[in-house]
Amino acid sequence: MKDNNSDPDLAGEVDEALAAIAKVVSNRELEALRVSYLGRRGSVTERLKQIGGLPPAQRKAFGQKVNEAKASILAAIKARAGQLGERVRDEELSEDAIDVSLPGRNANQGSIHPVTRSVRRIKNIFGRLGFDVADGPEIEDDFHNFGALNIPEDHPARAMHDTFYVTSDLVLRTHTSPVQVRYMKNHDLPIRVIAPGRVYRCDSDVTHTPMFNQVEGLAVGTDVAFSDLKGILIYFVREFFEQDLPVRFRPSYFPFTEPSAEVDMGCVFCDSKGCRVCQHTGWLEILGCGMVHPEVFRHVEIDSEKYTGYAFGMGIERLTMLRYAVDDLRLFFENELAFLNQFR
Amino acid sequence: MIISLNWLREWIDFDLDAQELASNLTTIGLEVGSVSRVSPISPKIKVGSIRSVRPHPESDRLKICEVDIGRSRALSVVCSAKNLRPEMCVAVATPGSRLPGGEIIRITEIAGFQSSGMLCSADELELSDGSEGILELDPDTEKGIELNHHLALDDYLIDIELTPNRGDCLSVRGVAREVAAMTRTRLQGPELNRVHPTIKVKVPLMIQTPQDAPRYVGRVIEGICPQGRAPDWIRERLRRSGLRSIDTMVDITNYVMLELGQPLHAFDREKITGKVVVRHSRRNESLELLDGKKIPLLSGTLLIADSKRPIGLAGIMGGLGSGIGPETTSVMLEAAYFRPGIIAAKARAYELQTEASFRFERTVDPELQRTAIERATRLLLDVSGGRPGPVFEELDKKALPKIISIPLRRERLRRMLGQDVPAGSVTTILRSLGMTVRSKAGGWTVRPPSYRVDVRAEHDLVEEVARINGYDAVPIRSPVNVVNWASRREAKIDPDRIVDYLVDCDYQEVMTYSFIDLGTQQLLDPGEKAIALVNPIASNMSVMRTSLLPGLLQCLTTNYRRQWRRIRLFEVGNVFHGSARKQRQISRVSGVITGDLARQQWDVPGRSVDFFDLKGHVEGLFKLTGQTLDGVLEAGQHPALHPAQSAKIFKKRKTIGWIGRLHPAVQKNFSIEQPVFVFELDLNALSIWNLPAFDAISRYPVVNRDLSLVVDKGVPASAVRQAIGISAGQMLTGVSLFDIYEGDGVEKGKKSLSYGLTLQASSRNLNDQDVERIIQRILDHLKHKLGCELRTQ
Repeated sequence: MKDNNSDPDLAGEVDEALAAIAKVVSNRELEALRVSYLGRRGSVTERLKQIGGLPPAQRKAFGQKVNEAKASILAAIKARAGQLGERVRDEELSEDAIDVSLPGRNANQGSIHPVTRSVRRIKNIFGRLGFDVADGPEIEDDFHNFGALNIPEDHPARAMHDTFYVTSDLVLRTHTSPVQVRYMKNHDLPIRVIAPGRVYRCDSDVTHTPMFNQVEGLAVGTDVAFSDLKGILIYFVREFFEQDLPVRFRPSYFPFTEPSAEVDMGCVFCDSKGCRVCQHTGWLEILGCGMVHPEVFRHVEIDSEKYTGYAFGMGIERLTMLRYAVDDLRLFFENELAFLNQFR
Repeated sequence: MIISLNWLREWIDFDLDAQELASNLTTIGLEVGSVSRVSPISPKIKVGSIRSVRPHPESDRLKICEVDIGRSRALSVVCSAKNLRPEMCVAVATPGSRLPGGEIIRITEIAGFQSSGMLCSADELELSDGSEGILELDPDTEKGIELNHHLALDDYLIDIELTPNRGDCLSVRGVAREVAAMTRTRLQGPELNRVHPTIKVKVPLMIQTPQDAPRYVGRVIEGICPQGRAPDWIRERLRRSGLRSIDTMVDITNYVMLELGQPLHAFDREKITGKVVVRHSRRNESLELLDGKKIPLLSGTLLIADSKRPIGLAGIMGGLGSGIGPETTSVMLEAAYFRPGIIAAKARAYELQTEASFRFERTVDPELQRTAIERATRLLLDVSGGRPGPVFEELDKKALPKIISIPLRRERLRRMLGQDVPAGSVTTILRSLGMTVRSKAGGWTVRPPSYRVDVRAEHDLVEEVARINGYDAVPIRSPVNVVNWASRREAKIDPDRIVDYLVDCDYQEVMTYSFIDLGTQQLLDPGEKAIALVNPIASNMSVMRTSLLPGLLQCLTTNYRRQWRRIRLFEVGNVFHGSARKQRQISRVSGVITGDLARQQWDVPGRSVDFFDLKGHVEGLFKLTGQTLDGVLEAGQHPALHPAQSAKIFKKRKTIGWIGRLHPAVQKNFSIEQPVFVFELDLNALSIWNLPAFDAISRYPVVNRDLSLVVDKGVPASAVRQAIGISAGQMLTGVSLFDIYEGDGVEKGKKSLSYGLTLQASSRNLNDQDVERIIQRILDHLKHKLGCELRTQ
């Protein structure tokens, strides 16, 4: 008795069909194959017709076999149809190919002035340390620019300030220090403030412009010492330059601070080894500072026995030049796009 | 101030080389700007003495000199200088020597005569002091020694940039005192003894202004040899300190000034009539100064005068009439203490900064005058002989700076520095600085020396201790976090945001000078009178800007000249309005654009910017603050702007900004050949920001309707937009103008505006009747208000 359950004929036909389907490359061929196997007169369909000639006991098993064969061929056809569809779609999509390396549209961006860039970084660094930001008049009176800062009329320090006059009593502020005075008058203690802004000196050559930017700093409280000034400025220098630079404090003189200091940092261009920029000293002078002079406190009616304070001032262009290796101060005010564009 | 290391070593013995000394001085507050080497010259350049000078037989110009250089045979040297004479001591470059300039001297034949060397001028030795001819040396100099030895040419020059409070360091002795404090050693230096008078002559003094001249010391010296010449060591030290040798008297007074810090002046005794009077200037006086300039005297000038006339500007410069000359045999030396303020004020007023005024304004030691006179006398007698008279003096002790005892509290020192300096160190440091120190409970009492007039109060002592102990020794206290209590309003926009917005719109920030050219200011902002500077640095920077536009347009021109064609610039800064007396500082933002809208791109057709590109940027700025330009912008006329393409922006009837195309006539001044658009806004116009207030979100569908309207051409679109808004009611949630049309199908003199309206109700669906009702209401209102019709075609 022939066992239809293992009809080698059927199994062979399925294998043959699957192989043929895998080779098909168009939907039409695929459809032809489907018709030839599974169509009304297809070879597999034809087999079902034999079922009537089988003994009843085998019919069920035989039918099942044929149906399984049909199902597997049909699944293969569907899968192949899917593959062929994807291929066609891929071909169609490749028609839409673009050059992704072409520039994007309108990707234009200006930039802030390098001095503004530094001002922002300075505000940010001191902001983290709890410093407020203040501003003041650029046309300043003699009292705030000089007198209140312990620079009387005939003081030699006035000769160091080449002052622009508006009237005999009004000047273009020669430093941002008058903001100290105004701020102390108008705010409660303790105070922590910086004041960036434009200042003016009647001086113009390779290393001087008649206008430049300074930032003033001031802290006043009951426990503010020279050691705090050192701490805050060393922190600032290292944050601003993002380097663990050596920083040194040298005694100096400003009428509105005592003790006073000038601050040098290790040259960023030569690792303090000595180069043209640092005039072979390894040091770059970057700011002046000191403990607020009791005379200044007297002018703003702060009790210098109870309170102490420190103040500092630095040139923003100088810091910017050192930070970005700009070698000519005048570039900042010539405003050539070829220069400004570089600070994106 | 330039200090010769050799000279300094004469005053103090220290174990440091030039570089070490320089860095130590810098550490204690005497900042050394530079250290330069005085290089020894060739050892074959010797001192010689001319035995004979005879003319060269072949040349009128040349002479033949026999020069004794201490060898058995004299050298025969051909030379063309005019100042040659027998017995003169000279520098001889012997064969084989190399001049500082690099030239090597050989035996040569000059016009038939063998020349075995060269007589040197100061220039050739790079010792130039302005003298001409062959360098003349001291007459009794040992022949044959190296010039190096004679002039001590192996030296270093240390340039100290002194701060103005340290007048006491404006001398070799002053710097030596600092070195002494630093190295804890003692000063040495030349003996400063009194020179006993041999005659009794004095000049009567009359000090009319003791407040300004508290101490005046004088001395007469008679019978000095007028032909004398300061010795080479003095001349060379002056030269190294940057001073020219003039004549014996001036050289010696300058030498003492450099050595001790006291400016001295020498008058020709014969040219003083009667008394020496120190007084203020009188009306219409004038004085001819030593430099030959005759100046009218300003009122309040401190003068040295005699019974008849002014003879010197006190502390600044002597007069020509009383000056010493080649025939002077009798002098009066002056050493004074003048009030620093009056010297500073007058030196500045006359624009006469001299070595003397520089020192007087920084305060000389009020106890130094006699010492200086004695020192100068000694040197003068050594060089030129003479008979000294007694030292005479006028003194007003009350007017001298007071030397007071200053308490220094240990606790205060600790609080100021954040450092506990041991008591022993404090005492040692202050004593090393010449101070008298007494300990007392909780601190010390300190009396500074007369030359430290800058030390007046406790904080000055704190600095003295700190600087000598070293700023490096002060501990570093890391920043302790203090909360910033300053409040910030949410409704205030950060100006940085405005800057960032414009940068994102492809603008470049610039920074221009606050002072500008008056002409440009008047051209661009004729309505505003600018505040002028008394002393501008240049004529085109003479007034304070009243607008940011002049600077921006200047930048635009600069870059246009550099061939940039697409430019967008802005600046944020202050302008200055009002008068000098009542000035107002106004913060503004201003921008200019010109050229293509976009940078040239591969598939975007280019076009030039116009008014509306710029207006878009300004609208964007307003939107940052939650505002729009609706209702605050209208066409307006500005002298710098195109009359048909400009608008003003106002707030509460006050103009706060302008926007428009630069007037073509104005633009001609800036040599730019394409339209330029500008805006300028008061920053505070952008500062009030409307805080968001939530409106419930409607879940009902929106209805969109388009309306094409025809209206007279002159009616601004904003009026139509406003009329729609007023009449539509709350259902209107959006309006956009999507087309403007004139031409076929629209009556001449009219324009068509097409709006897309979005309608939505908050609590229900809108039906057709709702929409029709609203549209009809809008149309009725438009017709009534603006004569606006629905477009039919």
